[in-house]
Amino acid sequence: MAYFETHQLTVGYTQGKRTVKVLSDLNLSLERGHLVALLGQNGAGKSTLIRALTCAAKPLEGTITIAGQNLQELTQRERSRLIAIVSTDRISAGALTVTELVALGRQPHTGFLGRLSDEDHERVAQAIKDVGIDHKATSYMAQLSDGERQKAMIARALAQATPIIVLDEPTAFLDVASRIETMQLLHSLAHDHQKAVLLSSHDVSQSLLMADDLWLITRDREVLTGSTKHIIDSGAMQHIFTSKNVEFNPQLLDFQYVRP
Amino acid sequence: MRQSLTIIILAALLALLAVACLLYGSVDIPAQAVLDVVMGNSSGNVAWDIIVGQSRIPMIATAALAGAALSVSGLLLQTTFNNPLAGPSILGVSTGAGLGVAIVMLATGGTVSTLLGTTAGSYIATLLGALVGAALVLVILIAFAAIVKSNTMLLIVGILISYLASSVISLLNSVANEEGIHSYVTWGFGNFSGVSADQMPIYVIIIVMALVATTFMIKPLNALLLGTRYAENLGVNTHRTRNILLLITGVLTAVVTAFCGPIGFLGLVVPHVARFMTATSNHARLIPATILAGADVALLCTLISVNGAHGIIPINAITPIIGVPIIIYIIVNRKRINYFN
Repeated sequence: MAYFETHQLTVGYTQGKRTVKVLSDLNLSLERGHLVALLGQNGAGKSTLIRALTCAAKPLEGTITIAGQNLQELTQRERSRLIAIVSTDRISAGALTVTELVALGRQPHTGFLGRLSDEDHERVAQAIKDVGIDHKATSYMAQLSDGERQKAMIARALAQATPIIVLDEPTAFLDVASRIETMQLLHSLAHDHQKAVLLSSHDVSQSLLMADDLWLITRDREVLTGSTKHIIDSGAMQHIFTSKNVEFNPQLLDFQYVRP
Repeated sequence: MRQSLTIIILAALLALLAVACLLYGSVDIPAQAVLDVVMGNSSGNVAWDIIVGQSRIPMIATAALAGAALSVSGLLLQTTFNNPLAGPSILGVSTGAGLGVAIVMLATGGTVSTLLGTTAGSYIATLLGALVGAALVLVILIAFAAIVKSNTMLLIVGILISYLASSVISLLNSVANEEGIHSYVTWGFGNFSGVSADQMPIYVIIIVMALVATTFMIKPLNALLLGTRYAENLGVNTHRTRNILLLITGVLTAVVTAFCGPIGFLGLVVPHVARFMTATSNHARLIPATILAGADVALLCTLISVNGAHGIIPINAITPIIGVPIIIYIIVNRKRINYFN
């Protein structure tokens, strides 16, 4: 049994009285110490799946388990100690220092008033160090570059001390250097900190370079899973996009234009 | 460091303004006489005793608490709706409370009147009316917040609610008698001297309790800075938290509005002053700074109001003069100010 699993999971949304199934009958698994990239074209259902996996939305059918426990049956506070998220949501934390922001990650472990213990302070400092922005610890969030801000958000997730970290397009707004650094950081979180890390991404080449496993949403709304090498070798990458004008090039580890 | 210093400065300013409000008013009273009354003795002049003891001291307490209450309401609304321009008056919460007051007055007394003219027994009903009115507006706002995702649209909804409530109040006024209309209009000017001695305990107790409750919400408030999704991921029950925060907001706004009239701008402006001075959006610092700054601004308004050349100046004539420049400064400089980014 895998650490983080879905069983016949169907995700989607309700529009008025209509229920729209986006992805059906998923049996996915995620192990600690692994970095998994979720790839698929826009509208394929990456965010919908991530919302269900992080309990931001209820699954339409099926269950999600962590170490055998049904996620839906856990309390919100119990879940907050198991899964940490990094989303693309806009935050209004510009006037918090990096340390204050990362300290919010300790909330699942602090008491009613949120007072930080010595251990909490240590873990916050360590998380900031782990993502490599300790020189910015007392800077305001608003003073950081996009890449540093994303690292601070990842440090916040790290301070939450959860076995699972789920990131929704963590490299979306970053330049190439920050993208590579962020992916490297996530890789080391999985391997050095034994976290189960799941990220959705549009950055195919970086995902293929760094991820241990892939969850590939095909244009037919099927989810193919396997080790990155296995997926590349199987030619499954060709099934991501609807467009006939792009083709996967295994040497480049990326898509390229083909003349129709 | 800067944050502790700010809080000390704001507290010192509060003491200074309170003393100034004791000493200066429409009647000149020597400082020694004021001191005598404050110490619990007689100044030897009955009129002075009454002015200081039964007018100035209650007015200072009323104003300071009203300022703190409205400012904290504004802060809670700004964080809850993730909207820097939210406040109890702009979102229509104050007007809702005012409508509640008007309806209760009409139902109980047959006239649209205010607390100013009521007997001790009926102000509880008025207070409940204000609470129900404020709560109703908050429920409407929650419903619209789920539909309209845009901050600006929610503000416009709030302004529309205000217009609607004002229009209903006007219609109620049209069936009221002259005396009722007069006292209602006076109430609308804003006034910190309307809380009588027997009403004071309930006014103080409710506001202090709500302010204390706010300090217990610091943890979820800070989580909400990251938006509801992150807050939920941190274990915060966002629905329950929002309901508690809006309940506190409703109570604070309703109590102040019932007793002092619909005071504008304080709730919107003071949280920004507090953020600007403390340079943080961490509620652990922001809430005490907002309480103190709110009391300061309200006392400043009071001081100006009681020192007019021809009698009392309405509070609502003063708050925009202080508030509008601050709001414009914040809108113009929003890119440079940390907490917007």
